[in-house]
Amino acid sequence: MKLEKIKLISFGYFEKGLLDKVVNDVEHEFQLPVKTKEGHLDLSLFYDPARRQYDGFKLLKEIDSSFAKETNKTLGLFNVDLYIPILTYIFGQAYLNGRAGIASIYRLRNERYGIFKDEKILVERFRKEVIHELGHTFGLIHCYDPSCVMRSSTYVEDIDQKEHQLCRHCKEKLAIHT
Amino acid sequence: MAKKISILIVDDEESVRDSLYNWFIEDGYYVECAENAKKALTILQSDNFDIILADIKMPGMDGLEMLKRIKSLKSDAIVIIMTAFATVDTAVQALKDGAFDYVTKPFDPDDLSHLIRNASKQISLIEENEILKDKVISLENVEDMVGHSEAMQEVFRQIESVAQSTASVIITGESGTGKELVAKAIHANSPRKFFPMVSVHCGALTESLLESELFGHEKGAFTGAVYNRKGRFEMADSGTIFLDEIATISPKMQVELLRVLETKSFVRVGGNKEISSDFRVLCATNRDLKGMVEKGLFREDLFYRLNVVNINVPPLRERVEDIPLLIDYFIKKYCSSMNRPIVSIEPAALQRMETYAYPGNIRELENMIERAIVVGNGKKIMLRDLPLMKERSQPTFESLDDLGKKHIQQILNKYSWNITVSAKALKLDRVTLYNKIKKYGLTPPK
Repeated sequence: MKLEKIKLISFGYFEKGLLDKVVNDVEHEFQLPVKTKEGHLDLSLFYDPARRQYDGFKLLKEIDSSFAKETNKTLGLFNVDLYIPILTYIFGQAYLNGRAGIASIYRLRNERYGIFKDEKILVERFRKEVIHELGHTFGLIHCYDPSCVMRSSTYVEDIDQKEHQLCRHCKEKLAIHT
Repeated sequence: MAKKISILIVDDEESVRDSLYNWFIEDGYYVECAENAKKALTILQSDNFDIILADIKMPGMDGLEMLKRIKSLKSDAIVIIMTAFATVDTAVQALKDGAFDYVTKPFDPDDLSHLIRNASKQISLIEENEILKDKVISLENVEDMVGHSEAMQEVFRQIESVAQSTASVIITGESGTGKELVAKAIHANSPRKFFPMVSVHCGALTESLLESELFGHEKGAFTGAVYNRKGRFEMADSGTIFLDEIATISPKMQVELLRVLETKSFVRVGGNKEISSDFRVLCATNRDLKGMVEKGLFREDLFYRLNVVNINVPPLRERVEDIPLLIDYFIKKYCSSMNRPIVSIEPAALQRMETYAYPGNIRELENMIERAIVVGNGKKIMLRDLPLMKERSQPTFESLDDLGKKHIQQILNKYSWNITVSAKALKLDRVTLYNKIKKYGLTPPK
């Protein structure tokens, strides 16, 4: 089935124009048109009061079942703290070679770590996270190339070390998958 | 390329299994899940997994019980125990039962990555270890031991039968017959093969040097002892010590050696701390040690302690059928080490080598081949490439009658044909001696 587009759906508040700042790079990396839209979900259904976090796995399932289509790659974008049962937090996650993924801007903000707000760094991190999770939906696994956007990042400074582009090997793999 | 690591997740909570599954496949691991221990054990009966990540609290069999069962199936399996309720007791128990690590849910993404990276490193080490073990095992045949002759086959049989034991062995044989190779073969085929074989050439060291070499010394024990030094017995712990030219050690060293062999402990020169070491002793000599014992040159008690098993390596002249094989072997060895194409040997040179006596045994033959390859034309070993060699005297295969005739002639000549004295020396009566002289047609020398 031929892929038509990538959909970026934001849930909740995002800074004005933030999504637009990443669209071009996403289009460039995956060579597909990107559409952005606002989505609506009752996030309280995904909230765990004991952890005071949102269940990323349930959200991913929800995005996949209610928002995704076979002809699209759909990424749900959130501004809440995500977790999965086994981990204290996640930046995002996606179905490998699937049609949906999620990413959150919550832990990408400098302010969360007691550092001064930096809009430029936030956009950079967000761009990388969006491309990274979409990469998984295209079947790409974590890459060992330190500059590749598909390199695994387990803490926020890790994200700053890599570029927002796919390395040559991941691009080759992407061509095979698409 | 590194092989794909496989992970089995065992947890009764679906959300945990699913989230871990998703997390790991993004890392490129091969992942399978089981909802309880029973299912996990069934999977493990048929499939191998590199890492097993198991919850401790599960209905039915718990994670700790499963860990024990997995370890009984595969002792080097890497099992990581997860729990939501960490207690020191369960953590200690899990580690005691062989868990690789113990983690409390939920954990940081970074910790999970570290955990799996560490486990992967452990897997690589185990694999590397297996590869190295295989390499060592492939060395067991100890390359330089070549021979199809019955005499060498007997040596191989003896090596095989003593290798598995811890018995001391004396390897006897002429110089150059390959006694050290026999020692190496015994060590390489023994359960101690993964530990060092330490060789000491006793004949090359003075008494005081040998003492320091064998037992080690403490800093300041003598002039020049600026550091503490481990002795060879200490270095051979869990392995084998090979004492070459054992017959050359002094009476004082014989006493000390006997004590060490009996107690498996010793004190470094200049030290006062008793050091224990678990070693096996192999020794070699080209002398008649039993004869030395009879003459009082070697301690009888030490001889019997060392001589639990004796392997005698035959001289080359007693295994001439191995000569072509050895020639071929050494040609390949030296051509390869000198980066030269394999040379052949001209029939005349081969014939000369086959009939030579080799007083220096295999070492001499080996040197001869090496020299011939160095000085030769690079294509063929010619007669002129060989050093001047004296042929081995051919066995005469005389009959008993011939030997008797020779002996009687010698005795008669010795006693100037005095029949009475000669008959007495030969323990014959005079009539019998006359009959023998007549029978053999013996005559006095002119």
